[in-house]
Order: sequence, then C-alpha cells, then structure tokens
Amino acid sequence: MKRSLIVFTLLLSGAAWADGNANLAPAVSNLKWKTECSDCHMAYPPALLPERSWRKMMAGLGSHFGQDASLDTATAKEITDYLANNSAERAGGKRAKKVLGALGPNEAPQRISETAWFVREHDEVAPQVWKRAKIGSPANCNACHQGAEQGNYAENQIRIPR
Amino acid sequence: MTRFAFLFAGLFVCSAAQAAPQDLLQSYAVQAKQENPQFQAFSAARGEQLYHAKRTHSSGKMLSCASCHTDNPKSAGRHEKTGKAIQPLAPIANRDRFADTAKVEKWFKRNCQDVLERACSVQEKGDFVTYLLSLK
Repeated sequence: MKRSLIVFTLLLSGAAWADGNANLAPAVSNLKWKTECSDCHMAYPPALLPERSWRKMMAGLGSHFGQDASLDTATAKEITDYLANNSAERAGGKRAKKVLGALGPNEAPQRISETAWFVREHDEVAPQVWKRAKIGSPANCNACHQGAEQGNYAENQIRIPR
Repeated sequence: MTRFAFLFAGLFVCSAAQAAPQDLLQSYAVQAKQENPQFQAFSAARGEQLYHAKRTHSSGKMLSCASCHTDNPKSAGRHEKTGKAIQPLAPIANRDRFADTAKVEKWFKRNCQDVLERACSVQEKGDFVTYLLSLK
C-alpha cells in the first residue's frame, strides 16, 4: 500500500512537472502571429518573455535583430495585442515566475535564449552542441525539440542531432 | 455535380494564380511611367543582374538576393541568419510567387532594405519580377 502510494505520488508529480514545463503552446492561437512570426524563424511561445519585451520588439521591427521585419500597422497591432495577452505575466504559473523572477522591473530582454530561465533549462547542453550544423543556434528550438512547433517541449520529444 | 464544381474551382484558382504576376507587372509599368516619363519597358537581363549583384552591407557581410534564395531561383533557399527553409522564388517552381501584391510589397520593402539598405525603385522591382517570370 505504502509503495503504491509513493508510486502514485511520483506519477502525479511527474504529470505536474510535465504540465508546468513541457507544454508551451499558448492557450489561444492567432493566425497573424503564427504566419507572420514564422516566415523567417519559428513562432516563439509568447509565454517565454514578459509583455514589456514583446512591446519593445514589436515597436522595433524595422531593425529586428539587424533585419527589416516591418509589418503594416494593423497587423503589427493585432500581433502586439496577442503577444501582450499571452505573455509570461498573463500565462502565469510556475514557469512564468521563473521567467520573470530573475528580471528587474524595467528589463526587457529580446532574446528568449538570454533569459535566466532558458539558460538554466539548457545548462547541460555544451556550447559546441549549439554550433552543430543541424542546430546552428539556440534560436532553432525545433532542431532538438521535435514538437516545438506545436508547443510540446517534453523531455521525451527531444532528439539532439549529431 | 460536386466533381464539376471542384473542376471549375480548380480552373479558376489556376488562372487567377497565373494572371496575377502579369497584373502586378502591369501596375508596376503604370507606376514606372509616372515616376519616369522616359520609362520604356522592364528587362529580364537587368533583373538578373540585380538578383546576383553582390554588395558589402554596412555590417561587413557580402550580400545579394542569392544569399538566401541561392544562385538558382528555381531552388529552395535558406535564410542566411536563421537557416529556415525558403520556398523557391521563381513562379515556374512555386506558383504562389507574385500572386499576392501585399505580400510582394512587404518582402520588397524588407529585403531591399536588408540587402541594398535602401528602397527599390519601381523599375528595379519590375525588372526583378520580369526576370523571375522569364525562367522556364
């Protein structure tokens, strides 16, 4: 009895862990966000940056990481509102706390891969692994996370290419 | 009846997709005449030159349209920074190209800025599309 209780508790906490970390799909999607933000790279989960980061990014699309990613005003507004409504603060939960926890109130990081949360989650990945031809950089979530496009970042979906 | 409707819809989609780049070129020709009364025609040869022209960007990188779209516009490309796959640019290989004016304008605005660090003229855009349409 005692043993099965322990197993049951472990299963439960496993499920809770998976729920807290592995599913990064936004609660609602948005067609403009999905299509416009995935032209040059994957559409990254809105919950991985605070609202202020997304607002700053969307206000600077004319030079987006050195490239022109400008959008018409109506599209930009729709996507900004969507990102704000699904940002780390709005998504809530443990992960939001971890994403937001290490940031000062005015810090607005522009790279998800530079947040303390991301760095901690990937601390077992050696620097040379990121540089492999099939990975390239930490911006290519779907190089290793097979379900990234669907928001699935579960451990059992990870295949690190050689 | 259902099959007929599908066939009809299919024909409509095909003809719309093929007519669109020509419509786009016609509207560029009208604009080009307004910008320059001496405008004569678009040139596939000039478009080809523009496509392959290498230029040193202020970042120090050597860039051209081919940096992402490859030397052969009928091939799939790769984003030079993110590595994401890009569908072929030539309509012969990808019939969705130059079928949506808003999309065409969005990408000319972005990519002319990215490669040339300025906007493209209507003459350049018309030459470029003429070149890509000339590929068989």
